[in-house]
Amino acid sequence: MRDCGAASSAPTMGASGRTGQWRLRRPEIDQRRCTKCLICWLYCPDASVVRGEGRGVRIDYDYCKGCGICGAVCPVKAIRMAEEASD
Amino acid sequence: MVTLKELRQDELFLPGNASCPGCMLSLAIRMALKVLGPNTVMTVPACCSAVIQGYYPRSSSAVPTLNTAFAAAAATASGMSAALELSGRGETSVVAWAGDGGTADIGIQGLSGAAERGENFIYVCYDNEAYMNTGTQSSSATPAGAATTTAIRGKAEPKKDVPAIMAAHGVPYVATACAAFPLDLADKIKKAMSIRGLKYIHILTPCPPGWRYPTERGVDVGRMAVMTGSWILYEWQGGRYTLTGPSRGLLDRSRRRPLADYLRMQGRFGQLGDAEVARLQDELDARWAGMARRLEGGAGRGEAGPGE
Repeated sequence: MRDCGAASSAPTMGASGRTGQWRLRRPEIDQRRCTKCLICWLYCPDASVVRGEGRGVRIDYDYCKGCGICGAVCPVKAIRMAEEASD
Repeated sequence: MVTLKELRQDELFLPGNASCPGCMLSLAIRMALKVLGPNTVMTVPACCSAVIQGYYPRSSSAVPTLNTAFAAAAATASGMSAALELSGRGETSVVAWAGDGGTADIGIQGLSGAAERGENFIYVCYDNEAYMNTGTQSSSATPAGAATTTAIRGKAEPKKDVPAIMAAHGVPYVATACAAFPLDLADKIKKAMSIRGLKYIHILTPCPPGWRYPTERGVDVGRMAVMTGSWILYEWQGGRYTLTGPSRGLLDRSRRRPLADYLRMQGRFGQLGDAEVARLQDELDARWAGMARRLEGGAGRGEAGPGE
């Protein structure tokens, strides 16, 4: 990046760390029920529903904050929110 | 209409940012950047978005973003737009991305000046209806009845209607949107990119900690804001108002859900009794009557403009 004389930050995944550590509940996708409609991908505020090689989706647990919006918008209820194990 | 399949797959607002779980602003900026694409520069004043970008030397935004002073989003965007124009890069989208405090309160003079001068950029106000990152103090965009840390029994004054103020300036394009309707938002961003001059888009962005609802309900709350008519989706262009999305079917009062369905989803309205809810419903119905007149009126720069 060219020095513009001002403090300048670089685009970074996890600019605020591994935000998956904030999670209290964990979305789990039932791949047999999933119709690959991508509604969860559309609505995830944290870009943590990742589109894979094919047409399917998976959760990026490094950054998913566990808000549960994906489960709330899923039209076929293929995403359940499981309690994270406490340690 | 932008469809889900057309949206770019890569992300220009990166995961692992500092937004709260369930933040609907985070969804709005992610969606806006999917339409704007990489040939975009942004300026962000003090607001939640400046916080969720993250701390130096890392940023969650993959497009060049200039952080600026609270009052200065529209002035900064004016300068960025002029500089790009002079260097032959006028096709780059310039976006001022500010919260409701930085728009309706602190930045309104700069925004009004830029509108009058006819500057060429998109101004987005994302509206979570209070100063959220400093602890939910009221702004002039906080609606009547909502409790904040500076109005613990609920704000007495009504919400300032900034989109109508911008229409009264006669800018080429004004639109309202809601983060719970991302493809409607995408359409409006896309349209704004095709128009020269100052484009103003006002996005309602529900906020779990500030509005006090469970994090997974952000889309439900945003949808209910629209289905009760509390938040109206529309475009204003060439002196004409057009309702968009589900708002198109809601001119008839019987098609709107009772306002209480929206208010009772949120802790910030929990202190309101039935009589106060009924009064807010009456005020909302009056607002829709005003919208019906605007739709019939066609020409005119907003409700209070010289055209009426």
